[in-house]
Amino acid sequence: MTMNTSRRNFLKSAAATGAVLMVGLRPNGALAASGSGTSAQLTPFVKISADGTVTAIVKHFEKGQGPATGLSTLIAEEIGLRMDQISYEFAPSNPEIYNNLFFGPFQGTGGSTAMANSFMQYRNAGAAAREMLLTAAAEAWGVDPGSLRIEEGVIIGAGQSASLGDFVAAASKLTPPETPRLKEPSEFRLIGNPAVRRLDSPIKVNGSAMFAMDLHLPNQMVVMIARPEQRGGLATGFDDTGAKDVKGFLQAAILPNKAGVAVYAENTWAAMQARDALSVEWDLSSAETRGSDEIKSEIMAALEAEPSYNVLQSDQSATRSALDDAAQVVEQTFYFPLLAHAPMEPLNCTIEATEDGRIVLHDGAQMPTGPHMALSQIFELPMEKIEVRTMLAGGSFGRRATPDADYQVEAALAFVMTDRSRPVKLVWSREDDLRSGYYRPAFGHKVRVGIDDAGGIVGWDHRIAGQSIMKDTPFEAMVVKDGVDHSSVEGASDTPYQIPGVFMGLTDTKKATSTLWWRAVGHTHTAYVMEVMMDMVAQAAGQDPVQYRLQYLQDGTDQARMASVLKLAAEKAGWGSAPEGRSQGVAVHKSFGSYVAEVVEVSGDPSDGIKIEKVTCAVDCGIAVNPDVIKAQMEGGIGYGIGHNMRDQITLSGGAVDQFNFPDYEPLRIGDIKEIDVHIVDSNEAPTGVGEPGTPPAAPALANAISAIGGPRLSALPMVEHGVNFA
Amino acid sequence: MAFSLRLNGESREVQAEAGTPLLWVIRDELKLTGTKFGCGVAACGACTVHLDGQPVRSCQTYIEDAEGSEVTTIEAIQDNKIGSAVQQAWVELDVVQCGYCQSGQIMSAVGLLRENAKPTADEIDEYMHGNACRCATYQRIRAGIQRAAEILEA
Repeated sequence: MTMNTSRRNFLKSAAATGAVLMVGLRPNGALAASGSGTSAQLTPFVKISADGTVTAIVKHFEKGQGPATGLSTLIAEEIGLRMDQISYEFAPSNPEIYNNLFFGPFQGTGGSTAMANSFMQYRNAGAAAREMLLTAAAEAWGVDPGSLRIEEGVIIGAGQSASLGDFVAAASKLTPPETPRLKEPSEFRLIGNPAVRRLDSPIKVNGSAMFAMDLHLPNQMVVMIARPEQRGGLATGFDDTGAKDVKGFLQAAILPNKAGVAVYAENTWAAMQARDALSVEWDLSSAETRGSDEIKSEIMAALEAEPSYNVLQSDQSATRSALDDAAQVVEQTFYFPLLAHAPMEPLNCTIEATEDGRIVLHDGAQMPTGPHMALSQIFELPMEKIEVRTMLAGGSFGRRATPDADYQVEAALAFVMTDRSRPVKLVWSREDDLRSGYYRPAFGHKVRVGIDDAGGIVGWDHRIAGQSIMKDTPFEAMVVKDGVDHSSVEGASDTPYQIPGVFMGLTDTKKATSTLWWRAVGHTHTAYVMEVMMDMVAQAAGQDPVQYRLQYLQDGTDQARMASVLKLAAEKAGWGSAPEGRSQGVAVHKSFGSYVAEVVEVSGDPSDGIKIEKVTCAVDCGIAVNPDVIKAQMEGGIGYGIGHNMRDQITLSGGAVDQFNFPDYEPLRIGDIKEIDVHIVDSNEAPTGVGEPGTPPAAPALANAISAIGGPRLSALPMVEHGVNFA
Repeated sequence: MAFSLRLNGESREVQAEAGTPLLWVIRDELKLTGTKFGCGVAACGACTVHLDGQPVRSCQTYIEDAEGSEVTTIEAIQDNKIGSAVQQAWVELDVVQCGYCQSGQIMSAVGLLRENAKPTADEIDEYMHGNACRCATYQRIRAGIQRAAEILEA
């Protein structure tokens, strides 16, 4: 088995000789173990070498959200190690063993599921390894295994002590326990410990961390792709006269699918210059020609027409008559533009052919099974002849997981046209990333809420229109029910708020771009609409926004957990007692199984500039495996939600993307948010998501704060385009 | 053309065309990959290195302009007292998430602390404005710089 390893781990493994205890799962889910002496193939979750080195095999990719540390922590906790006694490797692509338990036979990271689906797997593997080592030691010492324990990597008890490595050989010959004893929460030393540090910090502060972009294989070529400005354009010819003047340019060739022209060069700078110097003829007859205004018009028209789907299968006429009889109707129409993910590391991957006839993809692979299958088709090789080596990823926010494995396929097509003697490294520029990318689809909502004389909601008519993400993808069967793409309505159709008289309609509009999940997917717009509407309705009812929301979170555990984060955030933020000259806005939302409330405090005014002084956040994500990583994910999620909604959008003119690079897709900057304060609710519930849930409430909480300080009700985004300046 | 550089305290000869950004010389020719490509237009700061101790964007610094200067990259910043304090603070506070921008953040932070031993939050925000972090680790970058200042003061 070949695995991608950091250099340090590789040297460690190479130095280790002799027996190895590996514990993992069989495809049927049973715990399995194998030592170096057995012939059984095993793809493990943990590997312990005779020198005592313990390695967690991490099945999720690391884009900063913390699974390398988190999954290693589970193993270390159950075995009984300090964090400096465990290292990690990324798992090879194997959809049967390393699949995401929520995705079926498919290995991948997404939906904030890394911890949620791995929590028991990795704990069981660690616990089984512990029991096997203790059994081996007990047999050797002639004592009861129950009298032994592992503390900080040392087997102790019955008056003896030994290092783990001493019993690896003996333990590797044992059969793993079917149901190892897992530690009780009261025994946890690492899980929930805020002092546990990230395992990947040291390599990320000294330049030694290897991202896919940093790979430099001997004799590699760098390829960049010239693409049409309009999506769907096809290359029919090119002139490379200018490119030939670039030193290091090798050749150019139209991709087999005509989607672009591959430019091959000796190095990245030559590839960039040669591509700039290339002139390409495009057939634009089937290309997108619409502009953003037309896309918006189609969505807005769909909101006024009869919706295609009755999402909740509820009685539309009942909602209509409730609104007719209401004392007051609060109405708002919302529009959300296209958004790019723009991970810090531009997309890239490297493909090489090995001497024994295999193809190896080096990639910051978010869904290894996707490119694994795609490459198997392109190279006409069985899956076992394709190897995906997962490397560190410089962010993703969903972009590195496309249903059609877009950039990996580009690299494969560029490679398949060569004689395969030289590895091909595909590199995207920032312009490629913003212009040829896949986007959070544009969406519109129209909501009419009826309230009675006491301010209580009597009916809620909610229309949603936009471009489906999941339709026409392999995920359609799993996510689309009765025509409704759940990712278009999630967060609205399944809100924990107990609202009477809801009708929810959905209409799909034509796809103008490649739509893709973007950090928090549908919640990026549904949370905004739900939480701005709740604020507007509370205001119309003349009631406090926090107290008003709590009225609709009365019964049930879902409601209790949501109410508790709302109360905690309000308490920690000093809700209602903002300093002179400041105003607060609140939002609370459930996504990916987690509950997050945020209070944004602002100063200033919309014309001279709003300043975001403080964001207070409360999160309930079940058991907090690594509290500091959770806080970091909330901080990052808040920044991601606020930054884009402040000032970013992707627009099209005549089918071509208007934005080029960061200057016109301006990232959140350090001075934009002065302070973020995160609080975690104590919980013994199973762990749920943290990568995405911080994002959805951030923008609506900001919008509500801006309204509270005298600014406009922001119903279209980004905010800077709709009457609000930021200081 | 041949150029001679002083890189991380050593003399290096490189073959490159005039006009080649220092970034690509460092990454592709000298194979020091800690310095990152993020935008290519000096809008993100991921490529920040020091030229004679001053932070510059290596994607907009040409090889010929670096000749005769001392170039320092993230790989050698621990040899500098401020650099090592910043790295220590970054690990203590787990500033990083994906980590891709952090080489540039650290190179800029060292530049700031060299000019200003005890920067306020506002001074940090002003100086670090050009270093983008898409993971939004900014709160910890701010805290990390202040922690490094403390370490250096002790």
